[in-house]
Amino acid sequence: MPIMRVEDVSKNFGGLDALKRVSFTLYEGQVKALIGPNGAGKTTLFNLISGVDRPTAGHIYFRDHDLGTLRRHEAAGLGIGRTFQHSKVFDDMTVLDNVKVGRYQRGRAGIFSSFFSLRRHRNEERQVRETAFEALKRVGLEAQAGELAGNLPMGDRHLLEIARSLATEPTVLLLDEPAAGLNNDETDRLADLVRQIRDNGVTILLVEHDMGFVMDISDEVVVLDYGKKIAEGPPLMIQNDEEVIRAYLGDDLA
Amino acid sequence: MGIVAYARKHAAFLAFSAVAMCAPLFIGNKYYLSILAFTATRLMVALGLNLLMGQAGQVSLGHAAFVAIGAYGSAVMTTRWSVNPWLAMLVAALLAAGVAAILGVPTLKLRGHYLAMATLGFGEIVFILLVQLKGLTLGTDGISGIPSLTIGSLDFGRPRAYHWLAWGVALLMLRMSLNLVDSRVGRSLRALDRAEIAALSLGVNTSFRKVQVFVVSAVFASVAGSFYVHYIHYISPDSFSVTFSVVLVTTVVLGGLGNVWGAVWGSIFMLFLPEYLKRFNQDYTNLVFGLMLIVVMIFLPGGLVGLRHVPARLRRRFTPPDALPAEDT
Repeated sequence: MPIMRVEDVSKNFGGLDALKRVSFTLYEGQVKALIGPNGAGKTTLFNLISGVDRPTAGHIYFRDHDLGTLRRHEAAGLGIGRTFQHSKVFDDMTVLDNVKVGRYQRGRAGIFSSFFSLRRHRNEERQVRETAFEALKRVGLEAQAGELAGNLPMGDRHLLEIARSLATEPTVLLLDEPAAGLNNDETDRLADLVRQIRDNGVTILLVEHDMGFVMDISDEVVVLDYGKKIAEGPPLMIQNDEEVIRAYLGDDLA
Repeated sequence: MGIVAYARKHAAFLAFSAVAMCAPLFIGNKYYLSILAFTATRLMVALGLNLLMGQAGQVSLGHAAFVAIGAYGSAVMTTRWSVNPWLAMLVAALLAAGVAAILGVPTLKLRGHYLAMATLGFGEIVFILLVQLKGLTLGTDGISGIPSLTIGSLDFGRPRAYHWLAWGVALLMLRMSLNLVDSRVGRSLRALDRAEIAALSLGVNTSFRKVQVFVVSAVFASVAGSFYVHYIHYISPDSFSVTFSVVLVTTVVLGGLGNVWGAVWGSIFMLFLPEYLKRFNQDYTNLVFGLMLIVVMIFLPGGLVGLRHVPARLRRRFTPPDALPAEDT
């Protein structure tokens, strides 16, 4: 079952074509990787899919919703979660409070019940705390729940972003370079976590430079180069694709 | 929640409330009572500004104008049109909320400090209107004869009664602000300030929340203005120049932005320090405020509430190196 369709998407930044007519389909339950040299347009595409930016042309459909018509905060409500390439944890909030923000859209407490700490607000808060703690356990950060997020090492920050996103109960999770800066052990553990998340029914689209990691966990790979899709297919096929090798290594070596 | 658990959880708030409410029992001097009364109204403004600046990271350089809307709203409606003071206070607060929404919706959609610039201009416009709209505000002459607040035969014009009323309201606002910080809405405000794109990706409607907290801060300021004029019974435009907006920002920055209690300590400090300095020389007051602001910005980014972390920091700094545990080499 297709869950997300990227159709002829282009994105133009003041004369620079960041994306040129890119199309691919994301199927429910798969792990799909988006790879390509720096500046290929991967993060731009992520920003479009997570709804914080809109395509110049083309459409992205999530189920039946055209993401280009949404307001910036609405993708989360449809079930699209994401993490960021450069850490976007809330530094001066505790690890647990970071994840609690992930429960925001599932909560209802408005300004009045928050001001007066009404009973329904306190009940909701208790549930928020429990669910947030569960999400921390899934990534193995429960021991750091009370620490300030800004004090976490890089690898843990990415895990925190994953936990925060899981707390929104996403159907699609977008991971932007989750393995960056991790050692081999940590990368293996991350791969296990990604598989575990997929087994729980979450479809995953990830951007990653660590090819070992990508080939290990992906069902399918999309390759971007200068904003264009140059290949798509299972990892083995991509590894042997001449155009992909040329894009990564340059014409001389290919 | 049981009473004991409640008392334990809110110990600081309860202790502070007790001190604030009992103070008039031990203070007979009317002059000191009036400073405490002004502290209560200053605290109301500071709490709203603390939420806006400390939680949502937005700056208002025109909050004096919202205090003015409350003060003049109450003054004009009660003296000229004989409106009930409580009703006047409510109408003025609604007006302040409406004006804040009109200012906030276009400016808070943009990133950066557009709100600061818009409110700076707005504050100046309101000040000019207060002086020029003589038919309504009586211009620089000001409005006198503003009645006291009453409930039935209860007259809040007496210093002690006013103290309990104003501090009751200020403490209610303090409790509300403390609750807000530890709630879904409060967390979303901090989140949108620290990393807006991440907050958006988690479903936080960031522009709505920013406008909402700005409106709340305007309402707090307006209510403070209303209470103020019913206490001093006279109002003129002098009190609402841009300088007063800067004093308000100074109050919350000095107190500390990261914590709601910063508004409390900032308000107390800003109203009691000048009284103390007056004994020496009145001219020193602004100089000392300026120096304090610089010292706090450089050495105490957490404001006065951040002082509680200083002993630990000094201890670390002055621990001799050989007292540190040896590292494995």
